[in-house]
Amino acid sequence: MIVETFDVAVIGGGLHGLSAALHLARARRRVVVLERRWTGRHASGATAAGVRTLNRDIAEIPISLEAMEMWHRIGAIVGDDCGFHARGQLRIAESDEHMSALRQREARIRALGYSHEELIDAAELRRLVPALSRHCVGALVARRDGAADPHRTLLAFRRACEAAGILLAEGCGVERVKRVSGDWLLACGSRSFRAPVVVNAAGAWAARTATLFGDPIPLAVRASMMIVTERLAPVLDPVVSVVGRALSFKQSDQGTLVIGGGLQGAADLERETSTVDFTQLAKGARAASDLFPAVRGVRIARCWTGIEAETRDHLPVIGASARAPGLFHAFGFSGHGFQLVPVVGAIAADIVTTGTTTRAVAAFTPERLASTRAAA
Amino acid sequence: MTRTDTDLFIVGAGPAGMAAAVTARRHGLSVRVVDDQPAPGGQIWRAIETVAATPCAARLGAAYQAGAARAVAFRSCGAVYEPHSQVWQIEPALQAFITSSGRAKKIGAKAIILATGAQERPAPFPGWTLPGVMTVGAAQILLKTADSIPEKPVWIAGCGPLTLLYATQLLAAGGRIASLLDTTQRGRLGAALRHLPKALGRIGDLAKGLGWAVALKRAGLPTVRHVSELQAEGRQRLERLRYRCEDGRSGEVSADVLLVHEGVVPSIHMPLALGCDVTWHAGQQCFVPVLDAWGESSKQNVFVAGDGAGIGGAEAAEIRGRLAGLRVASRLGALSDAGVEQAARPERAALSRALALRPFLDALYAPRAQIFAPADATLACRCEEVTSGELRARAADGRPGMNQLKAFTRAGMGPCQGRQCAYTMAHIIAAAQQRPIADVGLFRIRPPLKPVTLGELASLDEEPAA
Repeated sequence: MIVETFDVAVIGGGLHGLSAALHLARARRRVVVLERRWTGRHASGATAAGVRTLNRDIAEIPISLEAMEMWHRIGAIVGDDCGFHARGQLRIAESDEHMSALRQREARIRALGYSHEELIDAAELRRLVPALSRHCVGALVARRDGAADPHRTLLAFRRACEAAGILLAEGCGVERVKRVSGDWLLACGSRSFRAPVVVNAAGAWAARTATLFGDPIPLAVRASMMIVTERLAPVLDPVVSVVGRALSFKQSDQGTLVIGGGLQGAADLERETSTVDFTQLAKGARAASDLFPAVRGVRIARCWTGIEAETRDHLPVIGASARAPGLFHAFGFSGHGFQLVPVVGAIAADIVTTGTTTRAVAAFTPERLASTRAAA
Repeated sequence: MTRTDTDLFIVGAGPAGMAAAVTARRHGLSVRVVDDQPAPGGQIWRAIETVAATPCAARLGAAYQAGAARAVAFRSCGAVYEPHSQVWQIEPALQAFITSSGRAKKIGAKAIILATGAQERPAPFPGWTLPGVMTVGAAQILLKTADSIPEKPVWIAGCGPLTLLYATQLLAAGGRIASLLDTTQRGRLGAALRHLPKALGRIGDLAKGLGWAVALKRAGLPTVRHVSELQAEGRQRLERLRYRCEDGRSGEVSADVLLVHEGVVPSIHMPLALGCDVTWHAGQQCFVPVLDAWGESSKQNVFVAGDGAGIGGAEAAEIRGRLAGLRVASRLGALSDAGVEQAARPERAALSRALALRPFLDALYAPRAQIFAPADATLACRCEEVTSGELRARAADGRPGMNQLKAFTRAGMGPCQGRQCAYTMAHIIAAAQQRPIADVGLFRIRPPLKPVTLGELASLDEEPAA
């Protein structure tokens, strides 16, 4: 059997895998992406594609702000603007109680020296979102946030990878892993790959992949559900979420309303499928029609779920494996990884090529999950 | 969590659904039938209850009038019947989601029979989305439900039994046909005649078909044979029609209404959504669910009956409905193993007779090439306005499958959910990548199967948990 040899093998052809591959190729590494099905088959093809710094975990803010700078020049990075528009993201309070929670949040991150989240009152909220129900009392806004087109983003990253000389090996699922004189030998059906460095960007299947390398990491799965409606005339500029409800609501460039917010369907890792649970999803439709009464009569075109990994603390796993030499992890984005795609690829390239990074990634170390495993 | 509201849930109140309901009720099962239409009958007997007593019924023919007795038997069988209702999702635990009168609800069942019939084969050609171009099936619905006849002479382009039947019905109703552009391919009669010995068992049907053809000829209907390419033109709506025949003859005529029909294919959205296995039917050039002799799919207790199981016509549909109903009755203990076998034996023999003509018709009316290989400029996905050329270019780049091509181009993402473009896309991929269409397959189905509004879905959350 011919063994195909590379400097780096990236496992997983989702956006994080493609981004890591792209940054590594630009650092002059010869890279192969091993994708079991096809690029963007799971979470990356099912994402709402929100580009959000708003309301991030404190630990994620530094890399999220850097990622936002990258999104504002994404065309220069991947050759297409990915349909990204910075029309802002809002987190809305429906009551005074929720408003005071937003006020505390804003004070907290301001004290830490950040200024990307701004508190607004009911009048400014109505100016930004005229279609919103009148009962809403205020919001936090991140004006440079926005959303992208997920399919355009995938295509752009894919094409940039191809232009950078990366081999996209689709239909190549890693089945067995062997250590051979300092390299990893990866068996994928009839093909075989060899590389000293492996990036594990296998999303929902990342824990299984890590186990192949003798580095078990506890990981749960999510199957977040999405609703897309028929096309409407423009009614909404920013992306809207609501305190205390599972709702994220936006209007795409095509005019469709895209409704998510993390309501969970059922995931089946074995069969690589997930299914919509309409009894749950009805809560999302309810929230949408409570906040935007005018949309009650709008027809739903499609609903779907995407499978991805979730960590115990909802923070991603980014960093070198402590147990498997040359293995680097980038997964576990827990429902909010899309915005981080450009920066995590750059971090991967840092660590692989220099052994370290200047970016703040201490909170994402794989060991934090492994070390408390016994207690869990 | 899983609750059961009925023994048997049937989607569709056409020949198969009604026959299944009557059979299951005879064996004492609780049965619920949900259907889009306001009254029973399906496509073939659409509006039969209101039309039966009018002169229009006679013009529509004896086969249509036969539906009146079926509707009576169905109405009186004791099944819960919900007309004007949409089934928009069935979860694997056999929970069906339905909307009627603006509210959604959930029904749990022990077994499900999908009797959703057929749809006309999508047949894109330049200009097929212009106002003034519609399908023969849609025109026939107008004829049945509203006794509606186009004002000016219509052009009919297509092939297959429905084309001839509609032409006959339209003339009987006083409509006018400018010309029939017969798209039956040259040489197909020879291919079809190989199936003649078996077809002779259905001499009555052959005679009926021949009768339509003779009646049309006697009426002086001008016919252009072996039409292979169509093109509709006009600024805001259809103004002109161009056609070309296999032997190079061509024509350009002014036209007001063009009705097209290139046969029917099973509606398999629901079996696909439930994850039932499907297989390519080379004879009928479509995917059909994989079913056992009772009509049970690869998913236990999910049955498909009627034209959704493969095109067979109304008579076969009723038999398939009864077979599925019998099997569900035995599964639920209402009928012994010996009893169900005994009851099925004559049905099986009748089904074999009812399907005897089918290979002959399938061969005679095999779809022409333009349908599967539309020109680059022709729209393949009318919802998202994606051309065949765009699909073709993307299909050649990186060997994407159906779902990837959908993500790349948006084709198949619109309100019809791929019902109009899936076959076209699959053929374009198969040709571009030189692989068999059976291997390309169809889209992964994303619910809801029928458009439901946000307010209707929200109403599920307002209901107290039962």
